[in-house]
Amino acid sequence: MRLEYFQLIDRIIDLNLNDLTIRVEANVPTESTIFEGHFPGRPLMPGVLLIESMAQASGWLIIGRMRFEKMPFLAAVKEAKLRTFVTPGQALTISARIVHEGSGFAMTEASVAVDGKTVSNADITFRVVDFPKGDFLDNMHAVARRIAFPLEAVAHG
Amino acid sequence: MPSTFDTVANIIAETCDIQRDTIQPDSHAIDDLGIDSLDFLDIAFAIDKAFGIKLPLEQWTQEVNDGKATTEQYFVLKNLCSRIDDLVAAKGK
Repeated sequence: MRLEYFQLIDRIIDLNLNDLTIRVEANVPTESTIFEGHFPGRPLMPGVLLIESMAQASGWLIIGRMRFEKMPFLAAVKEAKLRTFVTPGQALTISARIVHEGSGFAMTEASVAVDGKTVSNADITFRVVDFPKGDFLDNMHAVARRIAFPLEAVAHG
Repeated sequence: MPSTFDTVANIIAETCDIQRDTIQPDSHAIDDLGIDSLDFLDIAFAIDKAFGIKLPLEQWTQEVNDGKATTEQYFVLKNLCSRIDDLVAAKGK
């Protein structure tokens, strides 16, 4: 994770387009300027960033499902629960599942786990729109490669 | 078995916290009931689930934006229900 850059996913470890699920790894850094303020002397991973991490995992799942033809944008977060503190250095596993694919929107259930125990979960809604024109697609492909997105899985069909 | 309108009206009432008796067949979801596009996603989700269909919101939005249709054709509830009935009938063919 590079919190300051909103790069919250380190690596995709499983993308299953049949089950419509994804699982990713994300390691909370031991140091970050964010921890200087959140909180002084008691560094905690901000809950909003845990929610964002679930949104990003869900987003990559939807991008995979849409084969880079559509782009999801966060629209709503429901039933978000922050069950326990997450601290610097912890290894997170973030999972998401598409529970509904509507016309122009999608909904996921997502969770964050540490050592197999759920520390956060949420129901998330995305607007799904045509992929923005221009360099955006190339940039997203570069990010996809960095996080080991299985591009070959969506390249055909 | 509840009518399409009753099902839709109940969904709207529950999803948007609108009093059920204010929701009428001639109500316009946007202009009369004040439902915004984000809340309508929740309504669409519930309608999709209840009727086993997929409301073609993208197509409807495009048609309205292109001037080929009016919002009344899709978002006045009696018209919305008629569209839902058509989609359900098409699913059964």
